[in-house]
Amino acid sequence: MQRTGKEVALWSIGITVVLLYALIPVVWIISLSLKKPADIGDGRFLPKSVSFDNYDNVFSTDTFNSALRNSIGIALIATVISIALAALAAYAITRLEFTGKALILTGALAIAMFPPISIVGSLFDLWRRIGLFDTWIGLIIPYMTFSLPLAIYTLSAFFREIPWDLDKAAQVDRATPWQAFTKVMVPLAAPGVFTAAILVFIFAWNDFLFATVLTSTDASRTVPAALAFFTGASQFTDPTGAIAAAAVVVTIPIIIMVLIFQRRIVAGLTAGAVKG
Amino acid sequence: MAEIVFQDVTKRYPDGYEAVKSMDLEIADGEFMILVGPSGCGKSTALNMIAGLEDISDGELRIGGEVVNQKAPRDRDIAMVFQSYALYPHMSVRENMAFPLTIMKTPKDEANRRVEEAAEILDLKQHLDRKPSQLSGGQRQRVAMGRAIVRDPKAFLMDEPLSNLDAKLRVQMRAEVARLQDQLKTTMVYVTHDQTEAMTLGDRVAIMRAGMLQQVDSPMQLYNHPKNLFVAGFIGSPSMNFLPGRISDGVLKLPMGDIRLPESKRGELRTAPADKPLIVGIRPEDFEDAAVVGGDTEGATFKTTIDVLEAMGSEYYAHFTVKGEGQDMQDNVELRELQEDAGGGALASPDSFDVVARLDQTSGVRIHDPADIWINAAKIHFFDPESGQSLANR
Repeated sequence: MQRTGKEVALWSIGITVVLLYALIPVVWIISLSLKKPADIGDGRFLPKSVSFDNYDNVFSTDTFNSALRNSIGIALIATVISIALAALAAYAITRLEFTGKALILTGALAIAMFPPISIVGSLFDLWRRIGLFDTWIGLIIPYMTFSLPLAIYTLSAFFREIPWDLDKAAQVDRATPWQAFTKVMVPLAAPGVFTAAILVFIFAWNDFLFATVLTSTDASRTVPAALAFFTGASQFTDPTGAIAAAAVVVTIPIIIMVLIFQRRIVAGLTAGAVKG
Repeated sequence: MAEIVFQDVTKRYPDGYEAVKSMDLEIADGEFMILVGPSGCGKSTALNMIAGLEDISDGELRIGGEVVNQKAPRDRDIAMVFQSYALYPHMSVRENMAFPLTIMKTPKDEANRRVEEAAEILDLKQHLDRKPSQLSGGQRQRVAMGRAIVRDPKAFLMDEPLSNLDAKLRVQMRAEVARLQDQLKTTMVYVTHDQTEAMTLGDRVAIMRAGMLQQVDSPMQLYNHPKNLFVAGFIGSPSMNFLPGRISDGVLKLPMGDIRLPESKRGELRTAPADKPLIVGIRPEDFEDAAVVGGDTEGATFKTTIDVLEAMGSEYYAHFTVKGEGQDMQDNVELRELQEDAGGGALASPDSFDVVARLDQTSGVRIHDPADIWINAAKIHFFDPESGQSLANR
């Protein structure tokens, strides 16, 4: 399609506005993290002189290192379990007729809509009684609960796209249902699996509510919660620079994840399966 | 290699609809059996029941003498080619064809050898490392067949495998399928809605309508001796013309005139339906331009005006209309279904009939001109208007 000069100009302006709107806060926080503690309040957008003191600071505290470990571990485990369960559930939902199917789907949707804040109080009490308070499992369970519906919906949309004839072909080719699922369905739904995995991971990684309420020590506190407890190098330094540095650090894994999986999230993987 | 036997097999859906009604069919070892019929006649359901993709509600299905009603598809040792080909898009052609062997844990060398062999037969050698999406329709179709033949299964099931190909390729692949079956000598069940495919490919053809087998016979038997109206109208292209008629004193009264039936023809009729309404079937090629036919052949000549004349090169298709009283034909379910299958809706009107005649290329008939058309009296078919059954003896 041929675009006129006016169209190009309007598009460029629009895109620039959106990019600025999205990226200025990010640049700002990076800039803050690179300032010397003394320059934090100088009101400049870019630092006068670049220093990595804040990063040194952040990584030298146990609080942050253990929080990073907790965040990565908890988010990864929650993602893996959630995707495995969601894939099985989504396959069953798209391919089988069973009573209660509609109930499962609406139930899942209801859970996704449910405001987490309404259950944290009772969850806090319950977790303390059964000893899950301040443990990895204690966070993995609510993360899975709230991310499963989304993962099931995403994956069933992808499974629905896969022609039913492929299941049948696999069956006739002597595959067991499990083999058909793992060798044919899952590879074909790979874009969906990765999309769902990213969504679940980001949800778990970014969560603040459960992380503050259900943890109390470095044993399981994740980065978003740990940031709130941040102090500077000493009790008396302004922690702004350190918090900014920590915020940049926690953003990096997300950016890496998206960049890696972006290439996998390509449509057209099923092209050629059936006449097209 | 094995024979496949349907014994009183019924497929009933939970809502009570019966897609296949107590079907009895024996497919011999090594036979090429075609299941044909209009859409919704139950032919694909029957095939899926052989594959194990559909449960059998009633009756018994045996493959190689073994009852397989309760067996999963993977335990039946059959291979299937789907209409959509159902190739695994994330695997190369080689992996696609080797998939069943991989599942069966066939040793690598052996699997490779068999894939190469199949690729050789199907002319796919240079495509083995490409993905299905990079292949043309005909090549994909061959990969699907390759995946079936590497396994050396008890039987091949084909579900309209050629219907996604364009006309020219279809004719070419049709010959290839026939050659393949001849080479492998494996039992093959082939579902199609195309009567030409059915006629050209099968050792025997089973015609289905509304979940019921109408007739199972060799293509020529079906053509020359259809058991009922449906079979008569379904087989043959252009299809058989149906007209209302009556027989009295050995003379057939047709809308276009009276025909004295030859002695042999009268003997063929099961009962002498004295002066009762009949449905008369005449194939297009049993008409001829009277000028082309010699005078001494048995039949009758009538005058008509040609409405449409289609030149086919080797012959002409001449369309003309005759008037007659045909309420019985209007009421016949089978005729109505045939008409719908041909896309024509209901019969145009109860008292006027479109007739197609195949005339020799030397015929001098011209459109809108009166023409003398001859009917071959020896080739006329008679059907009971109520039951639709053929009135012939055999």
